[in-house]
Amino acid sequence: MTKDVSTRDIVYIALFAALMAAVNLVPAIQVGFLPVPITAQTLGVMLAGCLIGAKRGGLAILLFVLLVALGLPLLAGGHGGLGVFFGPTAGFIISWPFAAFVTGWLTELNWKRMNAVWFFIFSVIGGIGVVYLIGIPWLAFVAKLSLFDAAKGSLIFVPGDLVKAIVAAVIAETVRRSYPLMQTAR
Amino acid sequence: MTIGLYQPGHSALHRLPAGAKLAGLLVVSLALFLIPSTALALLSVPVAFAVYLSTGAPFRRLIAELRGPAVLLLIIFAFHAIFGSIADGVLTVARFATLILLASAITHATPISEMAALVEWLLSPLRPLGVNPEKVGLAIALAIRFIPLIAEELRHIREAQAARGLAANPLALFVPLIIRTLKAADELADAIEARGYDG
Repeated sequence: MTKDVSTRDIVYIALFAALMAAVNLVPAIQVGFLPVPITAQTLGVMLAGCLIGAKRGGLAILLFVLLVALGLPLLAGGHGGLGVFFGPTAGFIISWPFAAFVTGWLTELNWKRMNAVWFFIFSVIGGIGVVYLIGIPWLAFVAKLSLFDAAKGSLIFVPGDLVKAIVAAVIAETVRRSYPLMQTAR
Repeated sequence: MTIGLYQPGHSALHRLPAGAKLAGLLVVSLALFLIPSTALALLSVPVAFAVYLSTGAPFRRLIAELRGPAVLLLIIFAFHAIFGSIADGVLTVARFATLILLASAITHATPISEMAALVEWLLSPLRPLGVNPEKVGLAIALAIRFIPLIAEELRHIREAQAARGLAANPLALFVPLIIRTLKAADELADAIEARGYDG
């Protein structure tokens, strides 16, 4: 797995994981009409895929998840440690590396025509689609809920996730225009 | 290491090697999921709570740490009570409570450096598949080193923008932060390569 990961890749992976961690230390943004606060967590997942590609983005988020498991309080609200992975919502956190990978893979495939709209679409597919595809069945299984009930409980997060996908798309497009990204990526 | 959930202490759990703690946790979680006995699950909660308290974490930390999961478990119990059976609710909530308490206790009682060493050791059998545990170790160390630096950078950018009257604007905050991080990554990679490091 790390055979084709260069030292440069390791540095990118580590610094992007650190970036996501640092951003999570910032308090959540409360949007008036939404029932749950918007945290930077899945925003970082979307951005990792959009900006440093499938392999490095996925591994960066995997490293972030690993740091949480090791005992760093990097999740929203200062949560972290092994306990998070034995709670009912563990599937959502475990889905993040895959989500970043999918967003990154789609972005790499379409790099020539990327713009804010495509960044938004790929962020939704990875950062919302993949996350719920893994997180909801996981929740249903470990909490002995029906798939439908588990999905119902998760729906309150969708509006916030959509806002995050928009924010991720605008940020990714601005960074794409101002810094040479994928040239160094491949 | 100053950041982290590790709580220095001398409890029995502190003295156990990290690998043994993790193996024990996996055994308990498998047992709880394979034996669908409500009595067993209910009995394990006070035991897990005792283990959690034995690590000597201050009471304030305990409340802060357990409030979030408790609310979540309450919601799940409500779902079971309304749409399913109360027995199922009791079983799943007791199961989660046990595992969350035990896992949190292990996190309190194990330094991050020990956990990282365990990860490297666990990855070593994957060497034939091309996984290089030293590279994983380098990535962990780099990330932990850079978290406070990037957090500091974030504070600088925020202050600079607040000084110009720009309130919390995610775009104005993240774009410079990401570009600075990418630039730092490029420079660091150049520096590592210039010194002939090949992991």
